[in-house]
Amino acid sequence: MNYLRGAFKPACNISITFTDGKNRKQVPVKKDNGQMVMNPLFHSQETIAGKVCIEPYQGKKVEHNGVKVELLGQIEMYFDRGNFYDFTSLVRELDVPGEIYENKAYPFEFPTVEMPYETYNGVNVRLRYVLKVTVTRGYAGSIVEYQDFVVRNYSPLPPINNSIKVRSKLSQFPGSLSLFILNPFALKPLLASDMLNSFGPLLDVQMEVGIEDCLHIEFEYNKSKYHLKDVILGKVYFLLVRIKIKNMDLEIRRRESTGAGANTHVETETLAKFELMDGAPVRGESIPVRLFLTPYDLTPTHKNINNKFSVKYYLNLVLVDEEDRRYFKQQEITLYRLKDESS
Amino acid sequence: MIADGAGEDEEKWLAAGAAAFKQNAFYMQRAIDSNNLKDALKYSAQMLSELRTSKLSPHKYYDLYMRAFDELRKLEIFFMEETRRGCSVIELYELVQHAGNILPRLYLLCTAGSVYIKTKEAPAKEILKDLVEMCRGIQHPLRGLFLRSYLAQISRDKLPDIGSEYEGDADTVTDAVEFVLLNFTEMNKLWVRMQHQGPARDKEKREKERSELRDLVGKNLHVLSQLEGVDLDMYRDTVLPRVLEQIVNCRDEIAQYYLMDCIIQVFPDEYHLQTLDVLLGACPQLQPSVDIMTVLSRLMERLSSYAALNTEVLPYFLQVEAFSKLNNAIGKVIEAQEDMPILSAVTLYSSLLKFTLHVHPDRLDYADQVLGSCIKQLSGKGKIHDTRATKELVTLLSAPLEKYNDVVIALKLTNYPLVLDYLDSENKRVMATVIIRSIMKNKTIIATAEKVEALLELIKGLINDLDEPQGLEVVDEDDFEEEQNSVARLIHMLYSDDPEEMFKIISVLKNHFLTGGPKRLKFTIPPLVVSALKLIRRLPEEGDNPFGKEASVSATKIFQFLNQIIEALPSAPSPDLAFRLYLQCAEAANKCDEEPIAYEFFTQAYILYEEEISDSKAQVTALQLIIGTLQRMHVFGVENRDTLTHKATGYSAKLLKKPDQCRAVYACSHLFWLQDQETIQDGERVLRCLKRALKIANSAQQMTSAARGSTGSVTLFIEILNKYLYFYEKGIPQVTVESVESMIQLIKNEESLTSDPSAESFFASTLRFMEFQKQKGGVVGDKYEQIKV
Repeated sequence: MNYLRGAFKPACNISITFTDGKNRKQVPVKKDNGQMVMNPLFHSQETIAGKVCIEPYQGKKVEHNGVKVELLGQIEMYFDRGNFYDFTSLVRELDVPGEIYENKAYPFEFPTVEMPYETYNGVNVRLRYVLKVTVTRGYAGSIVEYQDFVVRNYSPLPPINNSIKVRSKLSQFPGSLSLFILNPFALKPLLASDMLNSFGPLLDVQMEVGIEDCLHIEFEYNKSKYHLKDVILGKVYFLLVRIKIKNMDLEIRRRESTGAGANTHVETETLAKFELMDGAPVRGESIPVRLFLTPYDLTPTHKNINNKFSVKYYLNLVLVDEEDRRYFKQQEITLYRLKDESS
Repeated sequence: MIADGAGEDEEKWLAAGAAAFKQNAFYMQRAIDSNNLKDALKYSAQMLSELRTSKLSPHKYYDLYMRAFDELRKLEIFFMEETRRGCSVIELYELVQHAGNILPRLYLLCTAGSVYIKTKEAPAKEILKDLVEMCRGIQHPLRGLFLRSYLAQISRDKLPDIGSEYEGDADTVTDAVEFVLLNFTEMNKLWVRMQHQGPARDKEKREKERSELRDLVGKNLHVLSQLEGVDLDMYRDTVLPRVLEQIVNCRDEIAQYYLMDCIIQVFPDEYHLQTLDVLLGACPQLQPSVDIMTVLSRLMERLSSYAALNTEVLPYFLQVEAFSKLNNAIGKVIEAQEDMPILSAVTLYSSLLKFTLHVHPDRLDYADQVLGSCIKQLSGKGKIHDTRATKELVTLLSAPLEKYNDVVIALKLTNYPLVLDYLDSENKRVMATVIIRSIMKNKTIIATAEKVEALLELIKGLINDLDEPQGLEVVDEDDFEEEQNSVARLIHMLYSDDPEEMFKIISVLKNHFLTGGPKRLKFTIPPLVVSALKLIRRLPEEGDNPFGKEASVSATKIFQFLNQIIEALPSAPSPDLAFRLYLQCAEAANKCDEEPIAYEFFTQAYILYEEEISDSKAQVTALQLIIGTLQRMHVFGVENRDTLTHKATGYSAKLLKKPDQCRAVYACSHLFWLQDQETIQDGERVLRCLKRALKIANSAQQMTSAARGSTGSVTLFIEILNKYLYFYEKGIPQVTVESVESMIQLIKNEESLTSDPSAESFFASTLRFMEFQKQKGGVVGDKYEQIKV
């Protein structure tokens, strides 16, 4: 048994440690198998330095054609599995070809690395940063070890951050500022990701269903851009209510689109469902909105990352009437990571 | 069945809710015990989710709410401990808001807010404002009401009131008031909204449910009234206008009624007094169906008792013109509510009257104004037939009597009789009885003719048949008699020391009574006669007038008056009464030395006797009266007296039954002998009378023995013997010892004596009397000594 194990075992153990590994902040990352692991956190323009240790197993020697460490930034599309696209690739040669008999440590350093994109784990796409150590060997196959790390980038305070103010009036059709009514039977298919792409046609269809002069609201969110620990403040004002509303929710939805052109895949997730109102309001009521973003697992908005994917966030105001018909109005918000945050 | 089913289901739902609630409460408690804030929040939110149910009626929901309330107290204590352990309260305040469902979130927020205020890390007003605003998220009436009621509950001891440990800056009271007002307004809106939700057929059930919830809303007003900082200015400038605005604008009957009442009950009277016009101004703006009557009545009640307890505030009542404001307001309310029933209007005025009587007892004009306004409302509506309204009207009219205990005051109210006119005749009588009873109870003397006139106007229900056709109403005989008796009693309360005024009074009475119909005369005339006779007695002796002034009231005049009123009587079936009254008058005239008048009265009496008194028993009684009266008359000259006595003896002899004849005749003997009057001492005729009586007695006895075969009674003889003895004792020369002795002998011989025990004992006692007189000695004794038995 020992013999067998020895045969398939890699000839050595490779470990990668960061110079300030003990002090550096670790953040949880979900692995493919669903487990959470803690990975060190870096920011763009940081120097990534550390040490690669190669420890041959007892009584073995490692012959190699060279040892190198690479810093890779990869985008991985799940529908195109196996195909990584490296947008960043830096290499350090650590050793010339030779043999390693005993433990050996190679320090390395990538000074002020440009890492423009944040680590992202989505439904259809993943953006990861990884250190890859390769002990190149000829016939036996190279020995490779990966060490993931997380990159997060801060944004400055947006110079312009207007509030969102919408007045929705069904009687104003055909305007674009309308609430959509969703046929309850068509709810599921319509909630699918294509819905948002077929904005125009949907409007037309829904307006013909017609709840003209039934519901007429005005709502306001204090900002259009929120940082990840922000609070969404706002209010919903009821100008006309002729239907019996049961409750009103505010949803945070993430739309992830991958690919381009005909191959575009859009995935929408509801990350937060937050009840704003219970019961039927009457005309003139104004309902406060206060939603803390902290408890939700959000990322900054990503726009066209390397022409591969985008992540957008929406606030979806949903009104449900007593017959469980849903009326909603969606507004895009921009999320960003603020410097002062602790993470 | 359906209702039962629903009730059962509800029980089930409540049980299920309570069970889930308990379970989560248990987990929460466990988390608290292990200081696990995250779990405590999680389980408390789950626990509170049970309050999201729509299936329970308010009553059952309250049950659940109370459980939540208790549990949240524990949570609050835990929060407090957490902050002491270093958990930032600001963080905590944010943390509770992460809950996804709004209802649990807001309950937790209120709880955390309570802790936040306690730590004083932020001004109370900011937190309270935030809480009350956030609660807008609950638009469901029932859940919203309870949530806000929870907010009110936890904030009660944390308002930034003056003197409170949470007192803030200069405007601190305003902040506290604003908070409560806002919560109140929102709660009321929710409460009113309940009315309009759900199917129309459940309206009744809904209204019942709403009334179960009303105290939740009213509590806010109570809180306001408890605030130290709500002084009069604050109340007048902020609290009241805002509350009224909400009340008026909600346009809901139940809410308006309840909240108006609430205002009146919870705030101090002093405030009401100073803001009367504002408060009253709101009344006409309420929905027409609101029972404003009760509201205003309560207000006036409160103000009256306030005035009663604190006499020093009375000037304020005048200063703010409380009365005229109330009066105007009532007018406006009635105007605004077109189809207000008469009952309400009358009740309102009744309360107003009570109010003014209590508060301004010296301002009779106010009371009169009330009555005037009342007339204005009643006019054009004819007599009131609604029994409750009538009853209320009677109460209204009784109020001044009860207050002043003096009907004279009521008589000064010019509108009083006008209001009275709106009663139907039955109630007029009731009212009249009330008035009379008041007079009798308080022994009020009514001393001027004018007032008497007014009083009679008030009680004319008793004096006249009124304009209503007779026979329409059946008045119970006993009731009628009782009423008339009370009128009779009343007459004695109408009294003036001044004869002239007194005469006017009785003249007024006469004028009224004579129109009262025969049924009443027999009750009303006698006391009037007595009253007049009393007056005569009080008149100064003629010629006694020191000023030589011709008195306007002379005995003659009164006698004429008497004659007139008694004349009215015979037409009624009571000749007996008139007869007696004539004799009374004759006697009075006798005392006044008015011979012709006395003679006239006698003549009237005789005529009545001859023409109207036909019953033999009545005749006997009448004749006895005549004899008795005539005997005492000393005013007559010989001739007149002769005529009258002769007539009297003539009547005696014409009585039907022999014994009656006998007795009348021996009674007549007294007419001829007056001990103290020299002129009337005719022994001859006395004896003649006695002899005649004896003769009649004899024939009476013979008649009985002839008709029945047995001997008649000897009683008559014994009676005659007594007469003999009387005159003998008086010393009439014609009545001799012999005649007495022969009389005794006659009786002794009568064989029937022994068979009649009563006659026997009568005779025996007569003999004993003689013996007794004999023993006494002296002149009388000597006289009896001579009689040999």
